[in-house]
Amino acid sequence: MSVRRLAANQPDSFAFSAESLKQVKAWIARFPEGRQQSAVIPALWLVQKQQGWVSEPAIRVVAETLGMPVIRVYEVATFYTMFMLEPVGSHALVQVCGTTPCMLRGANDLKAVCQRRFGDRDHLSADGKVTWQEVECLGACSNAPMAAINDYYYEDLTPGIFEQILDEFIAGKPRAPGSVIGRQGSAPEGGSAVLQDASLFDGTAAKALKALPNAEPKTPGKAKEAAQ
Amino acid sequence: MVGILEDKDRIFTNLYGLHDWGLEGAKRRGAWNGTRLMLEQTPEWLCDQIKASGLRGRGGAGFSTGLKWTFMPKAEGERPHYLVINADESEPGTCKDREILRNDPHLLIEGALIASYAIRAHTCYIYIRGEYVHERERLEAAIKQAYEAKLIGKGNLHGWDFDVFVTHGGGAYICGDETALMESLEGKKGQPRLKPPFPAGAGIYGCPTTINNVESISVVGTILRRGAGWFSGFGRPNNTGTKLMAISGHVNKPCVVEETMSIPLKQLLEDHCGGVRGGWGNLKAVIPGGSSVRMIPAHEAETALMDFDSLSALKSGLGTAAVIVMDQSTDIVRAIARLSYFYKHESCGQCTPCREGTGWMWRVMERMATGEADMKEIDMLLDVASQIEGHTICGLGDAAAWPIQGLFRHFRHEVEARITNYRAGKPHVQGASLQAAE
Repeated sequence: MSVRRLAANQPDSFAFSAESLKQVKAWIARFPEGRQQSAVIPALWLVQKQQGWVSEPAIRVVAETLGMPVIRVYEVATFYTMFMLEPVGSHALVQVCGTTPCMLRGANDLKAVCQRRFGDRDHLSADGKVTWQEVECLGACSNAPMAAINDYYYEDLTPGIFEQILDEFIAGKPRAPGSVIGRQGSAPEGGSAVLQDASLFDGTAAKALKALPNAEPKTPGKAKEAAQ
Repeated sequence: MVGILEDKDRIFTNLYGLHDWGLEGAKRRGAWNGTRLMLEQTPEWLCDQIKASGLRGRGGAGFSTGLKWTFMPKAEGERPHYLVINADESEPGTCKDREILRNDPHLLIEGALIASYAIRAHTCYIYIRGEYVHERERLEAAIKQAYEAKLIGKGNLHGWDFDVFVTHGGGAYICGDETALMESLEGKKGQPRLKPPFPAGAGIYGCPTTINNVESISVVGTILRRGAGWFSGFGRPNNTGTKLMAISGHVNKPCVVEETMSIPLKQLLEDHCGGVRGGWGNLKAVIPGGSSVRMIPAHEAETALMDFDSLSALKSGLGTAAVIVMDQSTDIVRAIARLSYFYKHESCGQCTPCREGTGWMWRVMERMATGEADMKEIDMLLDVASQIEGHTICGLGDAAAWPIQGLFRHFRHEVEARITNYRAGKPHVQGASLQAAE
């Protein structure tokens, strides 16, 4: 388990912006009547998008908006590790994946870069611009090592390029996310030898099917019958 | 030819995002073709076809997808039915569903419609891990296109009212467990539920629910278009079909690739990944199915096939077919200690053996990695691991125990040597042996 507590210093209040509130309502509408509690994770995420982290007054506001006991929202906010319970860097929240597949390809070197540049993990850097963390597997293992910076993935990193990217964020001019060595998604470096058959892409596959293999004799309206 | 699977038999034709991910592009590549014909068949026919195709759940457990669908009530009662798609891909080494979500989302949406009809559900939730922000945006955009084209929604072209909603998690590995996912979807901490009741009886909101992995659902449309026999023609009996495999670690070119089940592991690495770094002789061990299975050493990897039965016979498992390759330079004890940290971090804290045990195992593993541990602690560690295994509500306890058991099954001598050396005043330093050899 990871032990997580609310920050010692808390703001006095929190209010959703009009835009955030609209989105919270859209999330609530996705769930059945009376099940608005299902929107708690998206709502807390919107809090974090709005103020950068999740504060105690915000937890109360979310509880009120969703008609939940405050303790239930508190549980969720402290259980899920994506919720930052302290203010984070103004320019970049850097999350370096440190789990074994990334570690095998050099994640420890990326962590060393962050340690040298910004000090201890999980804290604001001295200038308040950056917070860095080591996180568990982010699910981009074929593009290891990688880091998520402000929600988006930077992949196939080396310590040198990683430091450049960090500098760009600090300067306020971040580059587009993705593989930094120009790989196409998770294709092998230099391009894939598969998926070369042009007939896959020329519309041949879109020619309307007349019948399905093994299909039973067609009885129109069966879908309708089953619906009733 | 590269690998075994031919291009004409690939399901995920936009795996690398080289083409249009949107509706137009997906249709050109065959998605949404004949979907109406499928929905004119009975739900029973759909379940039978998927059963006949031999499709086994692609999320790791390998349960028959068609059979799972038949567990749902045969007619909708007072409680609505739900389909939930598990896109909480967090198993270390696994990065295959991500490629579907961002590059072929329409295969998933189409599969969701077909599967929902087969289990008589009108609503589907796709629970995507919170960190996949880009993938979620892409999927939402694709769903919007499908609604606008009236492929899904109320009164759609296919004659089965169907809504699909995306929701997301908050960075908890445990929510990949189906019952924890349901708790999370209901807005609670992701702590797994006891079974029974099984989800088909009482899942989300107490209603009948089927939970499937993204890949299991995404292949359904193509299987029905091309026939169950086509799909079951790949791989060995009981291990049929094609499968996305994700390779990471010490290969020259890590990648995600679709291949036939039962492809030899060695061929997979050599054909698609440019081989092991430094050549096959430099291979030390492979974790073939995501971090939660036991590793296999190089000599077993030589002949292993990438399927459920071959890897179980080696006391490992296919899991999600996420292959983590480790070459001779790997500090294998530290690699497993890092996994132990992962499980310690991700334990939900509900069951005592897992909550206390994962932390304890990690601390011992750290001392094993430096050599500070005592020799008799090895057996103690294995004893504790076996007491965690099978004594928790969900599989995380097992998953934490297995990598450690795999390590000691094959590399116990290395740990023992490390402890001996430490006591002899020659502590292990990562990379030192390499430098000495040069």
